[in-house]
Amino acid sequence: MEIDVKHISKRFGAIKALDDVSLDVAAGEVFGLLGPDGAGKTTLFRILTTLILPDAGSASVCGADVVSQWSRVRAMSGYMPGRFSLYPDLSVEENLNFFASLFGTTVKDNFDVIAPIYNQLAPFRKRRAGKLSGGMKQKLALCCALIHKPAALFLDEPTTGVDAVSRGEFWDILSEIKSSGMPVLVSTPYMDEASRCDRVALIDKGHILTTGTPADIVSRNSMPLFAVKGNDNYSTLLRLRAMPEVAEAYLFGQDIHVYTQPGVNADNLRKSLDGAEVTEVSPGIEDVFIKLMGNGQ
Amino acid sequence: MDNNDKVIQVTNLTKRFGDFTAVDSISFEVGRGEIFGFLGANGAGKTTAMRMLCGLSIPTAGTASVAGYDVGRQAELVKRHIGYMSQKFSLYSELTVKENIALFAGIYGLSRREIKDRSQSLAKSLDLGEEMNMRVGILPMGQQQKLAFSVATIHNPEVVFLDEPTGGVDPVTRRRFWELIYQASAAGTTVFVTTHYMDEAEYCNRVSVMVDGQIKALGSPAELKQTFNAASMDEVFRALARNATRNE
Repeated sequence: MEIDVKHISKRFGAIKALDDVSLDVAAGEVFGLLGPDGAGKTTLFRILTTLILPDAGSASVCGADVVSQWSRVRAMSGYMPGRFSLYPDLSVEENLNFFASLFGTTVKDNFDVIAPIYNQLAPFRKRRAGKLSGGMKQKLALCCALIHKPAALFLDEPTTGVDAVSRGEFWDILSEIKSSGMPVLVSTPYMDEASRCDRVALIDKGHILTTGTPADIVSRNSMPLFAVKGNDNYSTLLRLRAMPEVAEAYLFGQDIHVYTQPGVNADNLRKSLDGAEVTEVSPGIEDVFIKLMGNGQ
Repeated sequence: MDNNDKVIQVTNLTKRFGDFTAVDSISFEVGRGEIFGFLGANGAGKTTAMRMLCGLSIPTAGTASVAGYDVGRQAELVKRHIGYMSQKFSLYSELTVKENIALFAGIYGLSRREIKDRSQSLAKSLDLGEEMNMRVGILPMGQQQKLAFSVATIHNPEVVFLDEPTGGVDPVTRRRFWELIYQASAAGTTVFVTTHYMDEAEYCNRVSVMVDGQIKALGSPAELKQTFNAASMDEVFRALARNATRNE
């Protein structure tokens, strides 16, 4: 495996940031780390990019150990931190040249790696990085992470705070990058981005809840789930929670998602709710996340 | 809906900076107790529009009334009658829960008696015991958000503005927060919310989508999905924002 994480733990004072985390990313695979703020995503990135040391466990990037061979790992890794970390006072071009020279290479030598992304940035190449839009900053940061032709790519919440259109474009770019065989580890708090990953790990409070392809995760955790639509979802929600045949009910967009007690079907629910719309639906990644979080509590 | 039930009324609202038109003649109304989603790509003009509605920026042209006050001529009265919460800033993390409540309630002009009553009722409704004397910064994110919302509405405003309120929290915490919003809405508070999460737009009664300074679509999520023949609000948003020419 190109990126290999084995039983990593990390503590900050009383807080267990990572608790026995294991995962692996193959060549040409986009692996998504899905979880909220504080789940431990950034801590894992910082360990894998050799910026902090794990308390326990081991990890390697393309065969190099992140502790004993840290300098090889740094040379081979492309890292886009969660916070915009380019120089706002340098232009697009200057930032790129700077990051290329840090790794002892030139933009010209490796231009083919960034060409598809850079073409969208080219009209702004003289603009200061601090003056770019969110989507453009994100693309420049990706170019800077790729300019030394890394063997593995680490992207920490690249799409946070970016609008839906730019987010979509960014994922399209990642699909292109992985086709070159590069392993990509990417984190996101957006559950709907799971579908853009080959495999994902759901992570919360330092624990991995589950790992697999999005389809596997959903099918492993499948239980009959009903979508209920009432005239007034809030009062319908309160009503559902008071019903003995309901195990769990929570808001889901324009609907309410409901798990029932065994043996209760859509007709039973419809009857008890006099006329509300009830349909059986297949759960998504977000439903699974909610369910697994609930079990952990 | 008669005029008393329109808590926000916006007519041809415009803001120019030099020869750049940030907000280009937008018009819409929001009813009492409605949850209204205000969406737009980065740079579409959302923040500028919201600043005008909160009385923080004077319109170049057009009018808007919020909670019965004109945002241009009665900006101070607007500020007093609205609540505001954003993910970026809401509470002072170095102050305790109690101190934050007292500070914001004091700013909104509540009496000592009222502040004491309100603190007690919040402690009860948010299930805060010893936490009342703890620094806000050490509370879990979900609890901070709920507290921030309660503090933003401590003066019982007719309308509360939520600017990207729930970024980065887990799906369970987010839903608890939305239940709080639904509860406020059921009690008659109007909720005006901006978000980048398109799945969150689905929780709103109606949403508007801004592109290049203009409102390009307005309706319930179900109506918009039908109009744009889309399966999700994400698709609706992309269909609209793809044609944006502005890039911040």
